[in-house]
Amino acid sequence: MYKVELATKLADRVYEYWIRAPQVAQHARAGQFIILRLHEAGERIPLTISAVRGDTVRVIFMAVGKTTEELATLGAGDSIKDVVGPLGKPSEIENYGTCCVIGGGVGIASTPLIAKELKEAGNHVIGIIGARNADLLILEDEMREVCDELYITTDDGSKGVHGFASDILKKLLDERQIDRVWIIGPAIMMKVTSGVTIPYGVKTYVSLNPIMVDGTGMCGSCRVTVGGETKFACVDGPEFDAHQVDFAELMQRQRIYTGQEKVSLERFAEHRCRCGEGGHHHE
Amino acid sequence: MSDRPADVRIHDFKEVDCGLSPAEAIAEAERCLQCKKPLCVKGCPVCIDIPAFIREIADGNFPAAARALKEQNMLPAICGRVCPQETQCEGVCILGSKETPIRIGALERFVADRERENDPSLPETAKPTGKRVAVVGSGPAGLTAAAELARAGHAVTIFESLHEAGGVLTYGIPAFRLPKDVVKAEIDQVLALGVRLKKNHLAGRSVATDQLLGYDAVFLATGAGLPAFMGILGENLNGVYSANEFLTRVNLMHADAFPEFDTPVLHGARVAVIGGGNVAMDAARVARRLGAKVSLIYRRGEEEMPARKAEVGHAKEEGIEFLTCTNPTRILGEQCVTGIECVKMSLCGIDASGRPSPKPIEGSEFTLDVDMVIQAIGTSPNPLLVSLIPGLERGRKGNVVVDNDGRTSIPHVYAGGDIATGAATVIEAMGSAKKAAAAIDAMLKGE
Ligand SMILES: Cc1cc2nc3c(=O)[nH]c(=O)nc-3n(C[C@H](O)[C@H](O)[C@H](O)COP(=O)(O)OP(=O)(O)OC[C@H]3O[C@@H](n4cnc5c(N)ncnc54)[C@H](O)[C@@H]3O)c2cc1C
Ligand SMILES: Cc1cc2nc3c(=O)[nH]c(=O)nc-3n(C[C@H](O)[C@H](O)[C@H](O)COP(=O)(O)OP(=O)(O)OC[C@H]3O[C@@H](n4cnc5c(N)ncnc54)[C@H](O)[C@@H]3O)c2cc1C
Ligand code: SF4
Ligand code: FES
Repeated sequence: MYKVELATKLADRVYEYWIRAPQVAQHARAGQFIILRLHEAGERIPLTISAVRGDTVRVIFMAVGKTTEELATLGAGDSIKDVVGPLGKPSEIENYGTCCVIGGGVGIASTPLIAKELKEAGNHVIGIIGARNADLLILEDEMREVCDELYITTDDGSKGVHGFASDILKKLLDERQIDRVWIIGPAIMMKVTSGVTIPYGVKTYVSLNPIMVDGTGMCGSCRVTVGGETKFACVDGPEFDAHQVDFAELMQRQRIYTGQEKVSLERFAEHRCRCGEGGHHHE
Repeated sequence: MSDRPADVRIHDFKEVDCGLSPAEAIAEAERCLQCKKPLCVKGCPVCIDIPAFIREIADGNFPAAARALKEQNMLPAICGRVCPQETQCEGVCILGSKETPIRIGALERFVADRERENDPSLPETAKPTGKRVAVVGSGPAGLTAAAELARAGHAVTIFESLHEAGGVLTYGIPAFRLPKDVVKAEIDQVLALGVRLKKNHLAGRSVATDQLLGYDAVFLATGAGLPAFMGILGENLNGVYSANEFLTRVNLMHADAFPEFDTPVLHGARVAVIGGGNVAMDAARVARRLGAKVSLIYRRGEEEMPARKAEVGHAKEEGIEFLTCTNPTRILGEQCVTGIECVKMSLCGIDASGRPSPKPIEGSEFTLDVDMVIQAIGTSPNPLLVSLIPGLERGRKGNVVVDNDGRTSIPHVYAGGDIATGAATVIEAMGSAKKAAAAIDAMLKGE
């Protein structure tokens, strides 16, 4: 059993959880993730390791379906049945010069740890974080602390620059030398944003989020096509060279279980209504 | 035969073979000639004293039979069910030349099941030696080495990356061949010897390699978990599975009971399974139980199938269609699978494996309308941990290179099971683990 030490609501449907898992915390590096299973009947779902403190790791997630909704009902002191990690290869951190770390929506969760390690390796780190609106923008203070420069964008202009992270990225690429770019967010955002760096020939990493089961290379559920080759995102990634990734296939494979996911969520919502239970831990 | 009827069993995941009654077991045991030089023992990779345990059955002394079995094999209820006895002990039983060989596997299972339902006795353990051994992987190889080393008095910790122990026994072999409570009970017996099990620990990640190498001895039993794909067009369409994924979703995650259990699995109406081994049979029979019409596609003839004959028979009884001398060339569909294009094969000459080598027959292409494809064309050693250990010698296929006693290129690191041999069998994994455990014990006591 893995204890939830702290559970906070950060924004609409977005939660920050600190989970006690020493074997993960002691070895976690930027870019890696955990897989958790809530209980005996639960699904195994991957979540990025967003920060580490002592024996606890932080995950930040958006409630989008059955498992994340159910996770969001847990409060401090509650337990999660299984947590395994750190999984995946760590980000390729080196002293490259100037690096740009971009987070979109809940993808911002992954950025502080990457930015921090890049900074420690001697890079000048530029952060760009974007969300649909000001209320959904997370981890601004934390990113400001670890980055040399921070840019903020919102789709509706309610905070920072009105527009997308890709707009800022393009401007930066025109103005100065950028050596490496990291982009973490929804698949479509990573596809569009990484497209910007192609003409500049700047190596760009994206963190792929296909459907996973074991997370150890045993099943192939997470396979993605990178540079025309099949890779298993859980062990060969999750970070890959953006310019080689087949995003259309990734997005297609994310939809395999759309029908069943809906059934599962509706059933959970109904059950919750009947029991009169809500996300009461986060008021 | 003690099999449940096919038309009944395809609607559930309960065990196909009901096993022997005490009277049947005793009658079978009484047929044994109690050979002075028993061939059956030579055929057994873990050298069970077969005539001894059979004699106890014949005498009606079932607990003593169990003790005799467990001297050499800590997982008898599992082995009795899944070992290919027809090519091992039963294959060489002296009675086989005149009448039918003794049903050693069925007797082994009978004894183990009886014991589990009554009061399991534990083998004795030596007094603590103070030596610490790390075992990586809780499949049959890891469990066997752990049991042997615990009995020898060493402090054993198993690291397992999944949330359940058992390796393929838990995530791969379906419940209708190997019920999961049977697996769990035998694992509990190993743990009762004082073995520590750390689930959710991926060695190489949750346990750093230097932490691991800090143990007095290490036994690597990480299996051959990496699934192969054919490399044909359409392989990443929605609806194409590796057998490992399909079986894991059902066996480990219980996707057959969705939405009671949260993990989903696709229910194809028409499913093509590619391959001719035990894994292909299992995948086909699981898909059948989820309601599909299943076609099994194999590039050679039925005679050449590596699967156990009994399982081929079971699959046929359950209505699996066999398309032999057939090879898939491409999977069709836009986003989801709509069909599979195949070509007929002719068998000519003999290839490196000693089997007829299949060649495509030009112009024989045809399309099968299917909405799901499961590839069961083999697995290779899981590279994750072994590639992280500096100086560990590996063979061409990614297997860890070992000598006869499981020694690797690093003095206190041993390996056994599928990670060393490539995909093999439960009992071979156990046999290699026993040898390695004996060598580890000798090394630790010699120091
Ligand atoms: C390496 C990795 C890191 C991730 N990190 C984060 C993170 O830090 N924060 C966050 O909010 N989300 C993250 N995700 C996505 C997260 O795993 C999914 O949102 C979650 O699994 C949804 O489960 P559900 O039951 O709530 O929703 P469902 O209704 O089951 O699914 C909603 C969507 O999530 C995806 N999904 C469903 N099951 C899985 C699964 N087993 N594995 C992966 N994706 C699945 C599907 O594509 C689907 O479109 C990450 C995914 C990966 C692969
Ligand atoms: C579907 C199927 C059906 C089969 N049917 C039969 C049959 O009928 N009869 C028969 O004799 N054989 C059968 N086999 C083969 C047999 O199951 C294997 O040969 C045997 O399980 C190998 O045992 P093992 O202990 O070497 O590895 P495995 O059983 O593969 O176990 C390895 C374990 O190590 C864990 N692991 C891997 N890497 C790490 C790591 N870094 N850290 C921690 N843990 C790790 C894995 O999660 C796994 O639990 C079948 C195989 C399959 C897939
Ligand atoms: S070879 Fe056959 S008859 Fe002889 S001891 Fe073994 S099981 Fe009995
Ligand atoms: S999740 Fe199973 S291989 Fe990656």
